Amino acid sequence: MSNIDKATVAKIARLARIKIEDQKLEPLAGELNNILGWVEQLSEVNTDNIEPMSSVVDAKLRWREDVVSDGDKADSVLKNAPNAEYGFFAVPKVIE
Amino acid sequence: MSSYRIQGATGDWEVVIGLEVHAQVISNAKLFSGASTEFGAEPNAQVSLVDAAMPGMLPTINGECVRQAVRTGLALGAQINKFSVFDRKNYFYADLPQGYQISQFKHPVVGEGTVTLDLEGGVSKGVGVERIHLEQDAGKSMHDQHPQFTYVDLNRSGVALMEIVSMPDMRSPDEAGAYLTKLRTILRYIGTCDGNMEQGSMRADVNVSVRKPGDPLGTRCEIKNVNSIRFVRQAIEVEARRQVDIIEAGGTIDQETRLFDPNKGETRSMRSKEEAHDYRYFPDPDLLPLEFDDAFIEAARESLPELPDEKKARFMEALGLNDYNASVLVAEKESSEFFETLVEALAKATKKDAAHIALKASNWLTGDLFGALNKAGKTIATSPVSAEQGAELLALVEDGTISGRIAKDVFEVMFETGKGAGSIVEEKGLKQVSDTGAIEAIIDEVIAANPGQLEQYRAGKDKLLGFFVGQVMKATQGKANPGVVNSLLKPKLDG
Amino acid sequence: MSDLTKLKIAEARDLLAKGELTARELTEAHIAAVEAADTLNAYIEKTPEIALKQADAADARIKAGDAASMTGIPVGIKDLFATKGVHTQACSHILDGFKPEYESTVTQNLWDDGAVMLGKLNMDEFAMGSSNETSYYGPVKNPWRAEGSNADFVPGGSSGGSVASVAGYAAMGATASDTGGSIRQPAAFTGTFGIKPTYGRCSRYGMVAFASSLDQAGTITRDVRDGAIMLESIAGFDPKDSTSVDIPVPNFEAALTGDIRGMKIGIPQEYHLAGMPGEIEALWHQGIEWVKAAGAEVVDINLPHTKYALPTYYIVAPAEASSNLARYDGVRYGLREAPENGALDEMYETTRAEGFGDEVKRRIMIGTYVLSAGYYDAYYLKAQKVRQLIADDFKRAFEKVDAILTPTAPSAAFAFGEKSDDPLAMYLNDVFTVPASLAGLPGSSIPAGLSANGLPLGLQVLGKAWDEETVLRVSGVIEEAAVFTSQPELWWR
Repeated sequence: MSNIDKATVAKIARLARIKIEDQKLEPLAGELNNILGWVEQLSEVNTDNIEPMSSVVDAKLRWREDVVSDGDKADSVLKNAPNAEYGFFAVPKVIE
Repeated sequence: MSSYRIQGATGDWEVVIGLEVHAQVISNAKLFSGASTEFGAEPNAQVSLVDAAMPGMLPTINGECVRQAVRTGLALGAQINKFSVFDRKNYFYADLPQGYQISQFKHPVVGEGTVTLDLEGGVSKGVGVERIHLEQDAGKSMHDQHPQFTYVDLNRSGVALMEIVSMPDMRSPDEAGAYLTKLRTILRYIGTCDGNMEQGSMRADVNVSVRKPGDPLGTRCEIKNVNSIRFVRQAIEVEARRQVDIIEAGGTIDQETRLFDPNKGETRSMRSKEEAHDYRYFPDPDLLPLEFDDAFIEAARESLPELPDEKKARFMEALGLNDYNASVLVAEKESSEFFETLVEALAKATKKDAAHIALKASNWLTGDLFGALNKAGKTIATSPVSAEQGAELLALVEDGTISGRIAKDVFEVMFETGKGAGSIVEEKGLKQVSDTGAIEAIIDEVIAANPGQLEQYRAGKDKLLGFFVGQVMKATQGKANPGVVNSLLKPKLDG
Repeated sequence: MSDLTKLKIAEARDLLAKGELTARELTEAHIAAVEAADTLNAYIEKTPEIALKQADAADARIKAGDAASMTGIPVGIKDLFATKGVHTQACSHILDGFKPEYESTVTQNLWDDGAVMLGKLNMDEFAMGSSNETSYYGPVKNPWRAEGSNADFVPGGSSGGSVASVAGYAAMGATASDTGGSIRQPAAFTGTFGIKPTYGRCSRYGMVAFASSLDQAGTITRDVRDGAIMLESIAGFDPKDSTSVDIPVPNFEAALTGDIRGMKIGIPQEYHLAGMPGEIEALWHQGIEWVKAAGAEVVDINLPHTKYALPTYYIVAPAEASSNLARYDGVRYGLREAPENGALDEMYETTRAEGFGDEVKRRIMIGTYVLSAGYYDAYYLKAQKVRQLIADDFKRAFEKVDAILTPTAPSAAFAFGEKSDDPLAMYLNDVFTVPASLAGLPGSSIPAGLSANGLPLGLQVLGKAWDEETVLRVSGVIEEAAVFTSQPELWWR
């Protein structure tokens, strides 16, 4: 089923925002095909009328009260930032 | 009502419009963290470690946001889904800390509903709502603060939004405008969104396509993030025209995301930004499915106030208002509340039935007060004349203390000074004179002073009755009761 | 006193209570042992100052008669758990220099009980690996060596530092995490006891996420009793984690009655793999005999979808990981690699290329692919359906049995580089551990014997959801029967 080519690897890498050198695309395509070829044995399993697992725990989502209990900690939020200025995170300019 | 058509070289074209409205949910805390939702804080001051997507931080849902979405669904007569799922929408952007937005894709919390538009001439039209889902807002990027850097503030990051998706049921800029107006009215009535488009707490993505009437749907373009109703209407006009021009020139429409530039009055492609978008939605494994029971839905339903359509019907049926006045009054929650207080106070002051005085109250409100507010650039919320004060004024007219003419002068003073009607009438001695003796004396004076006009009147120039009434009113500075003047004057003139 | 680092937690607890030992003495002995164990590369950050401070506080608490079981016990913390102000990087370069402003719930629970932190432990990068070879800080050495050899072996993964520190007497216990076997497989490779509780038993708050629907914290200790003590400390409901379940934590130590008479133990026929080494089969057989001798009834069971567990796992886990790891973008913390005058996207791509290791990149790529338009149904949705079938298999089996007994891993520890060039061969290490992870069930690995060349082997016990007590009880019986007294030579000291 899967036959990932160089262009597909480049496309996935772009989606995942990971720079991959051109000469590494081909070998990576091979590795991914190898793994995907192996996982494709799942197609043997009959899953007609089977609901996909939505949660491994048999519990309901708990709700929080609508109270402000957090925030007011800009210093903590920014503490590990590679670049922060005037209370903002600073990143290379986004060209719109 | 004639249909909206774009005239092209090959004939008339129909516009098909669908709207995706992002409405910020009114809540104290964010959708998945305990940080505040308030506007205007210092940068990154309303950010929890969850909002900043620190490693190992996890979302926990704010029940109030769920309740607000359900209330909104109920107000739109929509199906409420007792089971829904939060999904991750994956993409990279500087103001999206997690690298994904938590949203609802396959199983939204609210299903199909309807918004009823009030169009011109008392026509109404139902526009389908496809779904409403809950999702997180992103932070804010500022590109103009520094030559090399974009600054990112995460205060908005994680605030709850409702995405309200309409069916492609609208056919003109007017209908799109009416839809947004009506939706905003409903959201404000029920208090689930403040509807403030300027501050961005309500934004619209506009889907536009064109076709020859009767043809299947054309390819649509999505105009992103339009932030006023006026711009929505303009954007539809120019986008529809653009599409017609392309098709008529032999081209085809690319399905794409576009941006409306109000300065240039055009839409332009955002294709660069859209490049390779593949959101890879999948259920968020940090959250379990969202579930609630019928009792929760019923409690949400009971918390809803009277909705604008219901209120309008009541104003017309129980209070005898006409369609126009009723529509105007329910358009804003504040106006309808003002009106109801006014009617209640007036009924009490005059000891008359509400239905008896409601029409007068609505005429005064939609005419005198709205006119003055408009002129002064004020709104009903900032009106210098309160509903109780309005009732006092109208009660003075109703019991004959002042005439309708004098009431307009008194209102002007009230509007300027904020003083009560009674004290103004007292201060300025504007009380209406109904004492027949006093009025008779004045009539005699007026007749004596105008023998020529009397002669002409008696010779058959009936119209001069008005002249004599005017003279009597002038002599009493408008205070004479016009009914009394009329009944006394005519026999005297007739001799 | 003899070597304090050889004490078990339960033994130390009793000595501390009696005043025959102070937490400071115990901690100092361990700080020295940690120093002496550098060769193992188990610790990537040592925190002796914090340890001594906590030890003194523990002594005061013991004196005040306010001690918990873990009070004064020196432990190591897997680098996956956020520790406030202390190195927390999940052993990835991309979290370079990250010191969280918060504490994970699991570690907070330990500190609340008075435990002592010796430092942060090495692991596979983002817990992705089965040999600890993917760590940015280099591999961990297994304290065990084959008979008559000086060659090094892997400790297993991803909790390689956790098991090496405990097996190497450089911690009395360690926190660990299990996504597909990262507690049980390395425990088997190092002769330690590892337990992964039911998904939802321990909070994931402050635990760096790999695959959210699978990640679950647990412990590595030198025996079952210590595991029961330490697990009870870290477990518990946490409102900050939506998948944490509000179920009271039982007294796990009390579950160690040694009595499994009349209990039904299931033997899944699908776990008899073709080509499995004879010594693994033999060990399993031995385990069956032990539980029979203890009075349990052994029942053959079927888990028909076992074969599909690994492929399912290698869709679900990378898919979740590809999304969980999107937050490492160089904006708010950790590494930033930005080309001169580069745009934001270039910063993302360079940072993530430099910051992630090969295995992490591989899994992000696979996860991105299986979620992408046109492939979601064929891969991810299909896998979640098969996952449901796997969970249903267990559900049916547990209608008939109280616990399931299997080998932990298909082999003993292997040499460095032996499988690192072949991802699929590496993945197969988790063949026995992954199914229970997919079903969210509790499981343990008990040291049960030695391979032909003298390396430890483990047996796995699986239980029903929320029934860690049975897992612990059966584990205790196997431990007692196995009389596993072998110890690694202290060659690194």
